[in-house]
Amino acid sequence: MSDPITRPTVGAQRDGVDPAAVEEKPEGVTPSAIGRLGERKRARLDALAQASADKGGVSLIRDAFRRLRRNPVAIFGAAIVALFVLVAIFAPLLAPHDPAQRFDELTKNLTVDSIPGASSDFPLGSDPLGRDFLSRMIYGSRQTLFVGVVATLIGLALGVLIGALSGAFGGWIDNILMRFTDVMLALPALLLAISLVAMASRSSQWTVILAVAIVNVPIFARLLRGSMLAQRESDHVLAARALGVKQHSIVLRHMLPNAMTAVIVQATLTLSTAILEAASLSFLGLGDPDINRAEWGLMLGVDGQRYFEVRPELAYYPAIAIIVVALGFTLLGEGMREAIDPKNRR
Amino acid sequence: MLRVIVRRLLQLVVTLIALSALIFIWLRNLPGGPVEALLGERATPASRALLIKALGYDQPVLVQYAKFMQRVLTGDFGNSIRTGDPVTEVIGRAFPATIELAAVAMIIAVGLGVPLGYLAARHRGRLLDNLSIAGTLLGISIPIFFLGYLLKDVFTQNIHWFPPSGRISTGVDNTDVTGFFVLDGLLTREFDATGDALWHLILPAFTLATIPLAVIVRITRASVLDVLNEDYVRTAEAKGLRHKTIRGRHILRNALLPVVTTIGLQTGALLSGAVLTEKVYNWGGLGTLITDSISGGRDYPVLQALILLAALVFVVVNLLVDLSYAFIDPRVRVR
Repeated sequence: MSDPITRPTVGAQRDGVDPAAVEEKPEGVTPSAIGRLGERKRARLDALAQASADKGGVSLIRDAFRRLRRNPVAIFGAAIVALFVLVAIFAPLLAPHDPAQRFDELTKNLTVDSIPGASSDFPLGSDPLGRDFLSRMIYGSRQTLFVGVVATLIGLALGVLIGALSGAFGGWIDNILMRFTDVMLALPALLLAISLVAMASRSSQWTVILAVAIVNVPIFARLLRGSMLAQRESDHVLAARALGVKQHSIVLRHMLPNAMTAVIVQATLTLSTAILEAASLSFLGLGDPDINRAEWGLMLGVDGQRYFEVRPELAYYPAIAIIVVALGFTLLGEGMREAIDPKNRR
Repeated sequence: MLRVIVRRLLQLVVTLIALSALIFIWLRNLPGGPVEALLGERATPASRALLIKALGYDQPVLVQYAKFMQRVLTGDFGNSIRTGDPVTEVIGRAFPATIELAAVAMIIAVGLGVPLGYLAARHRGRLLDNLSIAGTLLGISIPIFFLGYLLKDVFTQNIHWFPPSGRISTGVDNTDVTGFFVLDGLLTREFDATGDALWHLILPAFTLATIPLAVIVRITRASVLDVLNEDYVRTAEAKGLRHKTIRGRHILRNALLPVVTTIGLQTGALLSGAVLTEKVYNWGGLGTLITDSISGGRDYPVLQALILLAALVFVVVNLLVDLSYAFIDPRVRVR
């Protein structure tokens, strides 16, 4: 790794993202941790040999998972995420109406500016077009999850590709790829997303997803590269090399899986920022132009903004949903980070 | 030290050149082409050919890029499509508004964030700590434009403490000297204008400060907690040093390094939040300019200049953060 002054902020933190989340440190597996682990495993194997009652060593991941389960805050985050996913899956069963159906009888007798409020059939009222708001909120979980997950996965895939190439080969490939991420990191996140959306001739759901995805590519890339570099220096990679394991197999089977933990934690945190960024783009009028699509960011950014003074609930409901879900992913992600941190291992 | 600075500067220049090249490519591949963007779709072939020649699009790409760079370096970004004014002038008008907003936001974020983070760490696990953790989590999870509307609703509609939008009340006579309204009022001794400008600043600045504040509290807390566990703090306590000395010379000085990084990075990233905040409060700064340049028909000359400017500021701030390490931490200086 390079000296601290040139790269103290590597994995450079995006606005609003906790820098500890993207610190270029080999999360979970430092060489000394591996040494310690080795010692522990050896001790445990000895114990196993003597008293065969023991069921063997605890893997790194299982150890982390056990710690995660004992963290009530992380469990709370996981519960929010689980609820969110369940609502998204069972949306057709939960929603009382079709989210795109316009109930003209609701809007018929109203003046232009007023929006139908709650009634027994429509517990949250309807939006300005006479569509049931509760159903739109329920179906909204689907689209919101879709935007967040797809944007994160695309960003993750591209970032992992760049980071892995960089970390595995080093040299001029690393240099070029890292200068490339420098350029992407030269703009604040939302501004980069705005520029990307402005490039497209027409905005659509995919321009939003791609813009949000690309913003996260350099973060994943730098994070993975950092962990890969740490892996390259580690004892188990040295051992594999000494045993004559082929280069590609060292990279794919020894370095990458160990380096991925930090990236996966970051991906969990990114799910929350991706949803927030998509909402921001909608607010700026750069979002998905499809008015039939029920997505929380879109509902908050477009109608929520336009009718804030007449019917603030149109903003409150999607905003609260976004806040809760973003919080869920953040709590879960931070719990995961704590769980894999070797400092917390006993 | 000097070598490091030179290397970083070179890296910075390379990054900016690469970005300018990307922007150049972007402009040449506009939907419909740059000529259509300028003339609209119904231009005659003759006027189109004339513009192509005038813009130099009939020349080789590299020549065009060289000319583009030449103009960029001399600060000539052409004219805004929307208003027809020179881009530098358009940006120059909006610049002070955003800087003023960003400066007050950062003063709030740092002024509240560092003490709060420190106190939370010192009172770990107690009410203040838990409240600050909950608050920071909420701060990074809330869409800030929504928070802006919420604050605006509460403080301008329900209780009329603050003005809902703009930088200054109509009827307040302010003389434009620097474009920074607060400063102008002081310079011309129109203190009512300064007061009015500050009054307008409070809500937007708090909105913009939300995310940096939350992040600064978190980092300060974590960093102070790390340092509190260090042996030298225990030693200092065992020696019977006064609390003030321990806090200043042992804890804060060592805990500050990551905090400074965070402050720098958050400052560089403020423009992201400013785009949203300025739209909520109709602020009329760079953020508003970005939004208007996109939604009111894409104003590419303004956009490209704004993007380059934002990148320049961001990259320079990051560089300054790195260099500030040397002043805080003597260990870095030696290397």
